Amino acid sequence: MVDMSTALASMVLPNPVMTASGCAANGHELHRFFPVSELGAFVTKTVMAAPRSGRGTPRMAETASGMLNSIGLQGPGIDAFAKEDLPWLGSVGARALVSIAGTTAEEFADVAERLASSPAYDAVVGVEVNISCPNVANRGLVFACDPVSSERVVRLVRERLPEGTPMFAKLTPDVTDIVSVAAAALRAGADGLTMINTLLGMAIDTDLLRPQLAGVTGGLSGPAIRPVAVRALWEVTAAMREGRLPTAPLIGVGGVRTGRDALELVAAGASAVQVGTATFHDPSRPRRVVDELEAEVARHGFGRFTDAVGIAHDRTARP
Amino acid sequence: MSGVVQVAGELIATRRAGAYHHLTIVSPGVAELARPGQFVALAVGGATSANLLRRCFSIHRAKPSGTYGGTVDVVVAAHGAGTTWLTGLRPHDPVDVVGPLGRPFPLPADAVPCVLVGGGYGSAPLFWLAEALQARGCQVEMVLGAASDDRLFGVVEARRTADGVVVTTDDGSAGRRGWVSDVLGDVLDRTGAGVVYGCGPMAMLRSVTEIADAHGAVAQVAVEESMACGVGVCMTCVLPVTGNDGVTRMVRSCVEGPVFRGDRVRWDAFADGVCRVPADTLGAPSAGGH
Repeated sequence: MVDMSTALASMVLPNPVMTASGCAANGHELHRFFPVSELGAFVTKTVMAAPRSGRGTPRMAETASGMLNSIGLQGPGIDAFAKEDLPWLGSVGARALVSIAGTTAEEFADVAERLASSPAYDAVVGVEVNISCPNVANRGLVFACDPVSSERVVRLVRERLPEGTPMFAKLTPDVTDIVSVAAAALRAGADGLTMINTLLGMAIDTDLLRPQLAGVTGGLSGPAIRPVAVRALWEVTAAMREGRLPTAPLIGVGGVRTGRDALELVAAGASAVQVGTATFHDPSRPRRVVDELEAEVARHGFGRFTDAVGIAHDRTARP
Repeated sequence: MSGVVQVAGELIATRRAGAYHHLTIVSPGVAELARPGQFVALAVGGATSANLLRRCFSIHRAKPSGTYGGTVDVVVAAHGAGTTWLTGLRPHDPVDVVGPLGRPFPLPADAVPCVLVGGGYGSAPLFWLAEALQARGCQVEMVLGAASDDRLFGVVEARRTADGVVVTTDDGSAGRRGWVSDVLGDVLDRTGAGVVYGCGPMAMLRSVTEIADAHGAVAQVAVEESMACGVGVCMTCVLPVTGNDGVTRMVRSCVEGPVFRGDRVRWDAFADGVCRVPADTLGAPSAGGH
């Protein structure tokens, strides 16, 4: 019997497996396949202040072991989310990790404040601040590409969230030095970090010889990017172990399809793991990864899941 | 959202049908729930597949009980890696099936004459629909069109099922040379149809809607949008549709559709192989885009 519970700052979860934002809508759809309360947490689709149509289509292109998406943060807006989706998640016993975004730092903070005033706020176990969605019209608005912008957004959100609400900043790997962005987010009051968002990519239709996506570029996800996630988790964890960064919990995301994939992110330093694009392949995947990861932890003889977190740093062969 | 199951299915029959492949898959639980117009989402390539996205197919037939248990039939055109994998399966190979998905074709309350229009293998769900309509006392005529004879699907079945059948091909290799839109108006006049059901390429569905409108009939069309998941979580299969409140929204064809009233679809948004977000859509981007 393995203890699969995990603690991410003050957020204590019965198991470390979550959905990934934007890969699971807001729960109703997957609840037809398994009770979403059986996941450690349910990460909602990024919500912004106002309703948002998203982009035109095609919004999606399949790539080798992955896909590009160019949704454009379609969503109902924070008020509809707080009134309809969040109470539903609470009613089925889900632990909601709510992903929020804005086109300005002030909008991020406004969304956080309106979320916190929801009567269903009890269902919220934490907030994930999506400062790294690549599908925005202006690349300059990918806050997580710049430590100063990241710090400003995270600080404003922190001010508007109730004290004690765990807050995670979601980072992009599309930066020269992810450790400096991680440092900025933690300095601004993030309790932990989620890594990684999609990578900016592009595909061309070789019959029409034009971009496949209506939005031209999109976010690359799926097993193809898992090594990038492992590397990002590794670098940030190493910086924490060496004292270059304050120690904080990491949520790993990127290309997880199986329990073994999840273990890879855990061994690099993740205290929880999100299942994203694999959910499109198999709507039961997040739930299956809960059992598969437990079997993997048991296979290695660990009594507690947390014993495996970051273990690859201890087992690295020294030259 | 209606009932759906995910089952480890098994292919039990595969045969060629002109340019297409007709697959029968044992998928217990799916057939019992399915209605005409709904679809299944199939995983392709096996457990370690590099093709992660589900392939969605309109259900051609659903048989709740048979020698092997419930089966669903789908019609596949092999034009990419996933569909080629599916058409290469042999009997007894496993296929992961999620279904039934989406909203079915609504059936009229009264026994009105209906015309069913299929483009290419878009005709796949129409025979099952025809039987459901006939069971309600509706007279059913079918119009089947395709680029060429080998790209028609189900002409023999149509002649057996429907009260009248008109076939068109672009090249004249079967039936009348031309498009379904060339003949549909006459069929509507002759039958006095109250409902037109359409399934096929978007350009055809737009024509079907316009002709139905001009003849005082309601068009119910099953749209083809590429989907990543089929179950409502990926937000890729959206299109602009106007609701009862007069507001246009980008809605998911896998959950809110795939069947829509034709006059609610914003056909003006489709051009040059892309669908733009109409400016009056709820939450449409201001200058600069999303």
